[in-house]
Amino acid sequence: MKSIMDYSIKIGGEAGQGIQTVGDTLAHIFARAGYYVFSHQDYESRIRGGHNFYQIRLADKPVSCSRSKIHLLVALDKESILLHEKELSENGHVLYDSFYLKEKFKKANFLDVPLTELAVKHGGSKIMANTVAVGAVAGMLGMDLMIILEGIKRSLAKKGKETVEANLNAAKAGYSFAHEECLTCSFMLAEVKNPKLVISGNEAIGLGAIVSGLKFYSGYPMTPSTGIFNFIAEHALDFGLVVEQAEDEISAINMVLGASFAGVRAMTATSGGGFALMVEGLSLAGMTETPIVIVLAQRPGPATGFPTRTEAADLLFALHAGHGEFPKVILAPGTPEQALSLTYKAFNLAEKFQIPVILLTDQYLADSQWSYDGLDLTNFEYRDYRLRGEDFRGLKEYKRHAFTESGISPLAIPGEAEHVIVTDSDEHDEDGHIVEDAETRIRMVTKRLFRKMPLIKKDMSPPLLYGDINPEILLVCWGSGYGITKEVVDELSADYKIAMLHFSELFPLPEDETWLDIFTKARVVINIEQNATSQLAKLLQMETGIKIEKHINRFDGRPFTIDELKEKIDAFLKRF
Amino acid sequence: MLSLKDFEGQKPAWCPGCGNFMILRAFNEAMVELGLAPHEFVLVSGIGQAGKLPHYTRGHTFNGLHGRTLPVATGIKLANHKLKVFAVAGDGDCYGEGGNHLIHAIRRNPDIKLLVHNNQIYGLTKGQASPTSMKGILTKTQPFGVISETFNPLAMAVALDCSFVARGFSGYSEHLKELIKEAVHHRGFALIDILQPCVSFNKINTYQWYKARVYELDNTYNPEDKILAFQKSLEWDDQIPLGIIYRVNKPTLEEQIPVLKEEPLVKQKLQLGKGQELLNSFY
Repeated sequence: MKSIMDYSIKIGGEAGQGIQTVGDTLAHIFARAGYYVFSHQDYESRIRGGHNFYQIRLADKPVSCSRSKIHLLVALDKESILLHEKELSENGHVLYDSFYLKEKFKKANFLDVPLTELAVKHGGSKIMANTVAVGAVAGMLGMDLMIILEGIKRSLAKKGKETVEANLNAAKAGYSFAHEECLTCSFMLAEVKNPKLVISGNEAIGLGAIVSGLKFYSGYPMTPSTGIFNFIAEHALDFGLVVEQAEDEISAINMVLGASFAGVRAMTATSGGGFALMVEGLSLAGMTETPIVIVLAQRPGPATGFPTRTEAADLLFALHAGHGEFPKVILAPGTPEQALSLTYKAFNLAEKFQIPVILLTDQYLADSQWSYDGLDLTNFEYRDYRLRGEDFRGLKEYKRHAFTESGISPLAIPGEAEHVIVTDSDEHDEDGHIVEDAETRIRMVTKRLFRKMPLIKKDMSPPLLYGDINPEILLVCWGSGYGITKEVVDELSADYKIAMLHFSELFPLPEDETWLDIFTKARVVINIEQNATSQLAKLLQMETGIKIEKHINRFDGRPFTIDELKEKIDAFLKRF
Repeated sequence: MLSLKDFEGQKPAWCPGCGNFMILRAFNEAMVELGLAPHEFVLVSGIGQAGKLPHYTRGHTFNGLHGRTLPVATGIKLANHKLKVFAVAGDGDCYGEGGNHLIHAIRRNPDIKLLVHNNQIYGLTKGQASPTSMKGILTKTQPFGVISETFNPLAMAVALDCSFVARGFSGYSEHLKELIKEAVHHRGFALIDILQPCVSFNKINTYQWYKARVYELDNTYNPEDKILAFQKSLEWDDQIPLGIIYRVNKPTLEEQIPVLKEEPLVKQKLQLGKGQELLNSFY
């Protein structure tokens, strides 16, 4: 159902102008006030100049994607007006500073706020202009001033009394000006309570890793995965984590393998290009049966592609990554909440089955911020699958790759007993020593692959069906397609028997195949993917034989907005 | 008491007369004399004839990928700095495929002892040039002779201020054993480049060739003098110095990581109780 209150605010400008700061501050203030927010960012691969924007959706019900129409455009440069004025809704407003933009607009819905002047006058410096803008946005919206001031106080608490005071004065000035001058502003804010938390996909993975018992992280910075690295490094001291920046991604994954071999939970994160370098190490994890978690935050390729934009075109690459045949798991969260729980699942599956697990995200999920009433950590019980201490010392003998019924050999920690632990990237015997004979080879492949794979499938969950339980129209999507597709289903459910089938546990598909029935029941099946070649559909066909005929693909590096996707689906439905 | 029997491993698949046998012997003897039992150290190796050494002795072993010994060894050291960690690699493995990792391992200075079996040729792939092959030599893949300059690992290591730089010779296994022991006693990253004849594919740098040129540095040489060490590291052609070329004491990687001040990472208790607090910081 459409919320009564549902506003979109876009902050546009050049890189380096502080768009992200304004956006982040507003999103957090709104959430603390009790509103639900969703934000996404669109930025170029540069530190200064160009055109970037930050879009926040503000509502009194949970929201999970961006809309096309905007109600308030904060234009920190002229380009923002040229590009985005056409996106304004009927009663949409523009906030700008004619002094800074060197142009005055004579339109009723344009509010000229002297951001720089007010910043100098009330905040003591022109760098306060962004805080004036935050205040002005709140003033235009007609929010309670106290909420804004509290929010600013909280986010700047660590910066000292003087800074806080200056920012408060700047915000007040912006607020009063906009509140008084915007005569046409008619925003209606709903009554809300209970602060919401705001979390991005990257932060959710970082948090998920830490609460799952991560101890070692190594990575090489690469957009859009770097936020995970930053988050983990920030909390390293507090949680006793070792974080090492590697010289390249090859080193990163091999360090992670070494740390895991020595007995700690370890992870790395990268994007497509870095993952390409890690692929040999992934295969090594498969051969040595060393548990590791790899985050692959996708961006448009091939090669360097669009470094700061979004795409989900590495699914089949991840699926086939690594020479040779070995089990791996691919999980693709659709929301920060799923990112949190699937990161936990990734660590557990990796250690339980001694395999590499890939967490597949993309720039859209990595950088977008979602709000929640709360997130539940109570189910994140830590379970150690390794053989340590007395249990290990008590053994008569130890073989790292011992043949067992389940295919899973006890995973011991070097140095905790007199047994030695040997593993090898060559084919090896139960002891871990190099072999050449055919019989051992067959037994090892059987153990590593054929014995474990059915067990892994038992632990995989089926895709999530959302909407009508007997849909005529089925929208299929995966990963970050969740939020947008879900809202499309919400909006179209008045007119159609419609549902979404969302895949977040992509490979292997679960043992239980009852969910497959839905494909034969639905009259129209539309597959929606942020890539050019419908990779999920290919995976489904390969694994289940199901062939989807209708596809909506987007591969321009930009995420769908709900309105755009709805239009495309409508076009499909009119044909039937 | 440990004896050589404690280090009896798999049957070696090296060629008869291979220089690796003497390196293996020196290693095992050094472990016995140091009193390091097999479960107290980890051997990380790559691919090549050198990479097989861990299987022929006894110790925890991670025999990984070609060129990637040092990142794995670093990960192990950071996860459990109480374990002694050795990396065993060949010249192609460590100076070719894994050259970048060597540079950065030296910069990080983890307490890892790196043994490079340097036979100046690719043995396992049957005789192509390695980074340390001498200019001009003919091979199947360098039919007009090696064009690239010969890589000088010791000069590079000294230039990077590697905390322990030494050269051994497999023909002098007693001397090599002492070098390995010195490296273990040293705190920090140690590179021991070990000259080793390849009896099958290197018909130039033979036992005789090395024996005619190598000499042991004596007590008058001061390995703490960096400029002198750099000069020493450049000696090759007629006179090839053996021994500790350079040594400097400085903090190791693991000593500089606050989290590792006391217990090894693998022994530390998880701080999962603080998870809720971290989650609350998102409000």
